[in-house]
Amino acid sequence: MAATGSPILEVRDLVKHFPMTQGVLVRKQIGAIRAVDGVSFDLRRGETLGIVGESGCGKSTLAKLLMGLERPTSGSVRIKGREIAGARESELKGVRRTIQLVMQDPYTSLNPRMTVGDIVGEPYEIHPGAAPKGDRRRRVQALLEMVGLNPDHINRYPHQFSGGQRQRIGIARGLALQPEIIVCDEPVSALDVSIQAQVINLLARLQRELGLAYVFIAHDLSVVRHISDRVGVMYLGKMVELGGDAEIYGQPAHPYTQELLSAAPVPDPDGRERRRRIVLQGDPPSPANPPSGCRFRTRCWKAQEICAQQEPPLQLRPGTWHESACHFAEVYDIMRRPF
Amino acid sequence: MNVTSTPPLPAWGMGGAENEPLLTVEDLHVEFATRQGVVKAVNGVSYALRPGETLAVLGESGSGKSVTAQAIMGILDTPPARIPKGRVRFRGTDLLRLSEDARTQIRGRRISMIFQDALSALNPVFTVGSQIGEMFQVHEGVSRREAERRAVELMDRVRIPGARQRLHDYPHQFSGGMRQRIMIAMAIALGPEVLIADEPTTALDVTVQAQIMELLAEVQRESGMGLILITHDLGVVADVADKIVVMYGGRVVENAPVRDIYRNPAHPYTRGLLESVPRADRKGRELYAIAGMPPDLLDMPPGCAFAPRCPYRQDNCVTEPVPLYRIGATRGSACHYWREVLDGGHG
Repeated sequence: MAATGSPILEVRDLVKHFPMTQGVLVRKQIGAIRAVDGVSFDLRRGETLGIVGESGCGKSTLAKLLMGLERPTSGSVRIKGREIAGARESELKGVRRTIQLVMQDPYTSLNPRMTVGDIVGEPYEIHPGAAPKGDRRRRVQALLEMVGLNPDHINRYPHQFSGGQRQRIGIARGLALQPEIIVCDEPVSALDVSIQAQVINLLARLQRELGLAYVFIAHDLSVVRHISDRVGVMYLGKMVELGGDAEIYGQPAHPYTQELLSAAPVPDPDGRERRRRIVLQGDPPSPANPPSGCRFRTRCWKAQEICAQQEPPLQLRPGTWHESACHFAEVYDIMRRPF
Repeated sequence: MNVTSTPPLPAWGMGGAENEPLLTVEDLHVEFATRQGVVKAVNGVSYALRPGETLAVLGESGSGKSVTAQAIMGILDTPPARIPKGRVRFRGTDLLRLSEDARTQIRGRRISMIFQDALSALNPVFTVGSQIGEMFQVHEGVSRREAERRAVELMDRVRIPGARQRLHDYPHQFSGGMRQRIMIAMAIALGPEVLIADEPTTALDVTVQAQIMELLAEVQRESGMGLILITHDLGVVADVADKIVVMYGGRVVENAPVRDIYRNPAHPYTRGLLESVPRADRKGRELYAIAGMPPDLLDMPPGCAFAPRCPYRQDNCVTEPVPLYRIGATRGSACHYWREVLDGGHG
């Protein structure tokens, strides 16, 4: 999955604050949920960028911003050089052919009253220029075949399919307009373990065959590692570490990444007594009122005074080959689990 | 009873009773009457739990793992559920033959359960303090004041920060991890001998999952209770289980001590599951994927339920029922070809 050329997606200082209001007649803003708070990254053609983080870190809001489904508070999202942040709906329509979304829940993301043919072909109704009317049925059947479904099942309804097959329908719909980027928001987390591998293999094959770029958002660290070329770790609306998959998983430099990796259970009972964990106390702070300086400092075992005063930018740090946002970034070989 | 400290180790946690099973499930069958027909959810499940032991029941949706647990607890709605066959013995007594009154005495007091979705398991209109305290009021008849005092004690024990101040908070005011702690507090309130945890961390983030699993292990160490952990997560199982029961299509397809299963699985389904997990050394390669789909519980095949997906399948797998073969002192596999599976490969 070699990534080549200039970035197909450029995200700079992306911010999304959801206002919190009070009052019935006169609504006044009393604060804001800072869901995404200054995120930047590039994505190249044919590349997979994994985004990991826990609930509330802003990863799903990020997906909506990339799709133009939410308007950013500030910052920029460029797809093939065209700005979509703040673009008018008519301008967005054209760009949306380039970027498509695959959602988590294959049960609620498909309309139960539509046939599979109508669901997969619906993008052609919205973008009539993408396929001439007489050709659509044939195209939909080709798409079903591409994702491993029987093209003769075009007239069936979603409830006649299993969870894994429904996710394939969602993927076929995402491919209809021949996009170059697919944002996958937890695409396998609703599926059973024995079905997950099928869908992961399908996504990898489609990427090879069609040269797709993926933004792959998930909380399952091992799935993200398997499919990603690069990985970004989010915490409370910020990207705290960004680098190649081997760097993030093998030599994480940010304490949060180290903690996250150490908390993930390993499917191997050998040596479990010796395995040690960094177990954080308590819950993440509210994104409505994040801590000053570094947002992780309230739960960090390295925190010093500077962490409360200065926000550490995401940048290369001494002794590391990838970017991290910690004043005291220091590489640990996670495979040896030295903590 | 000295209530200011954690409850003392009960007698059943120690001594010669150690090797007597605390709880056994024997050839349990559960079916549900539905409009489409009879769903055979559990088709002859057997397993045993000893004091202090952690038994993991591993399976996917529809494998029957939760329905088995609900039958143990006696919380299945009958109808539509029906238990045509089987026993659930708790310290020698068959729970399925007991009256509802007698079961109520056991449920929550001697066998308790926690669920995946702590928010819907808690009552939204009562404070957590009153819900935890209710356990003591109902089962031990203590005063409200005393119940409240013991609720605070329990909330401290499950590490809910500021227990005294949070006593009068409602469930929605707690985070997912804290709600699961409240569930655990209620489940261990009366010092049960068996705790059944049904996907206790599935809805939680990985860092919170680590906290909850640590708490469960600690409670178990202190009290010596037996833990049945129902999960689909191969990682969680590897971390905490002593023994594993793998379920598929309402049957036990393999049982073994935890290390044996991970080192050398003896059933094609278990082997397939372990090989389909993404791991660092499988990066960039196609993952092994079990073909096909789980069985239709309305229309179970006469032979092995896994046969349609199985790379080891022979003609007799489709036609003959498979017993759970005893393949070692502490292992079993429901596969005619378990020797070939042990030798490895996908067949």
